[in-house]
Amino acid sequence: MSKTDAEIRFGNPTELHGTKVQIPYLITEKNAFKRMDDEDKQQETQSPTMSPLASPPSSPPHYQRVPLSHAYGKLRSNTEQMHPAPYEARQPLVQPEGPSSGAPGTKPPRHQASLIRSFSVEREPQDNNSNYPDEPWRITEEQREYYVNQFRSLQPDPSSFISGSVAKNFFTKSKLSIPELSYIWELSDADCDGALTLPEFCAAFHLIVARKNGYPLPEGLPPTLQTEYLQAAFPKPKRECALFDSYSESMPANQQPRDLNRMEKLSVKDMADFPVPTQDVTSDDKQGLKSTADEALPKDVSEDPATKSGLLPPPPALPPRPCPSQISHLRVNSKRSAQPRPPTQLPNYGDFRLQKQSEQAPEAELHPQLNRAPSQAAETSPAKKDIPYSQPPSKPIRRKFRPENPATENQDTSTAVGGPASAATVKPHAAVQKQSSKQKKAIQTAIRKNKEANAVLARLNSELQQQLKEVHQERIALENQLEQLRPVTVL
Amino acid sequence: MAVCVAVIAKENYPLYIRSAPTENELKFHYMVHTSLDVVDEKISAMGKALVDQRELYLGLLYPTEDYKVYGYVTNSKVKFVMVVDSSNTALRDNEIRSMFRKLHNSYTDVMCNPFYNPGDRIQSRAFDSTVTSMMIQVC
Repeated sequence: MSKTDAEIRFGNPTELHGTKVQIPYLITEKNAFKRMDDEDKQQETQSPTMSPLASPPSSPPHYQRVPLSHAYGKLRSNTEQMHPAPYEARQPLVQPEGPSSGAPGTKPPRHQASLIRSFSVEREPQDNNSNYPDEPWRITEEQREYYVNQFRSLQPDPSSFISGSVAKNFFTKSKLSIPELSYIWELSDADCDGALTLPEFCAAFHLIVARKNGYPLPEGLPPTLQTEYLQAAFPKPKRECALFDSYSESMPANQQPRDLNRMEKLSVKDMADFPVPTQDVTSDDKQGLKSTADEALPKDVSEDPATKSGLLPPPPALPPRPCPSQISHLRVNSKRSAQPRPPTQLPNYGDFRLQKQSEQAPEAELHPQLNRAPSQAAETSPAKKDIPYSQPPSKPIRRKFRPENPATENQDTSTAVGGPASAATVKPHAAVQKQSSKQKKAIQTAIRKNKEANAVLARLNSELQQQLKEVHQERIALENQLEQLRPVTVL
Repeated sequence: MAVCVAVIAKENYPLYIRSAPTENELKFHYMVHTSLDVVDEKISAMGKALVDQRELYLGLLYPTEDYKVYGYVTNSKVKFVMVVDSSNTALRDNEIRSMFRKLHNSYTDVMCNPFYNPGDRIQSRAFDSTVTSMMIQVC
């Protein structure tokens, strides 16, 4: 997507969605990012290995981004242009962002934007913005895992299809308009068979997430979302899923709280305009901020496991997932995190997630977990990198970590990356996560109560309005009578 | 190249109608509308035979001095009507058939979209692009 186009379109979605606060910010950020991204891109392309997080050149560019996005989870979306750059930006810990050094200023904003985006992604499964350096249509590892998890919740067999009606119900929850969903389907269902395979589903999900974040829908399916590309990029869906599970557990928890924070704080930063992700985004921003990220991570971790746990149980066919206990824990966390998120941010995705969570625990949890997982992954970019490259080792590590998500994730990341920050963040994350989960629960219950009160008041209001009308009519009738009687009385 | 392409639902209301912009679109709408009678006539005539043998392509419905109108009906009674310029003599029957076949394929793709409710107006961009490729290129 050209920058200009994105910029232009950026404005439109915001209008359409009315997103509210974040979108205007995002727009500016986005534009800023775009320009910067271009610069960064050039720099990055030249020296992709500069950033510590950058994954080995053998992996697709998005891997590089993944570490960044992973750390920041949400930044992914932002970094659309310069994946490597955003990573760098995102990883304040890591720092040495060589390639994007050219635009240090831009990085932080990008970082935030990507964080925001990644958050939103976490929040809403759909938000996963790909970290395509050229455009936001690349799917990061975290996002992919999240999508795959969601797919499994709908269809246990990853190699089979999701029928049209099932997918329709699922995507309708995203609260996008039907024409937009229809268009997204048109883009993603490459073979027009009325069913979605896993790559098609990931593409559709990603488009929805992008749309929710305010990105205008592309004219054609981006090359990074096409089936062949996705199949090539993610050859081991199972592994990814497994990783994802571990991720999601840790990630969703982390991401959710992070998103919330980020969105609120850095709605602007995140390029991802997804309304829902705003929450995630905010959390992402936090990550970007590094200090906040650390806090967020622990929170997310705790949340992720909860969400994950929620997600895991539903799909029976899923490979060895984190312990069910973790799942339940995650579920709780995710729910809490999920609920507060939507109300604050965007009704679209947030509601999608939250409402669904309560109604469809597995799905909702999946999303938040996914979000979290990606966010966590983003934060622990190093870990992420490890994942693609050394899946087996990372997996067992993750598994272990799951029970202690906050700790494990951090450890994992720290080991993988050896980032000092990650280690430090591990501890605070754990604590933060717990707190955030509790807060989330409280917030969620408060939200429910408020909603009920709103409903009651609305009913009361309508009844009173009717009474007012009746009284008004009576008054008119009486006045008429009075007029008629007046001459008599006068006489 | 067609000058106007229309997709009519079973209940004879338009699902999609597009004309070359330079022409008076209302005229084309009217032509399509009048052609529906001819389509129904052909369907009923063929309907006496086995429905399975009914061919989808109806052929030239009626010619006017400026235009020719071709028709095509699917098994679900969705009608495609195409208006072509009479001066375009290079257009052969086979080409018209292939154009209808492409239209039909695009239409089935639209139907496969679970978000499309049968009976809604067709807003699919893929379908639009297919029709555009068949429409006369008016500068």
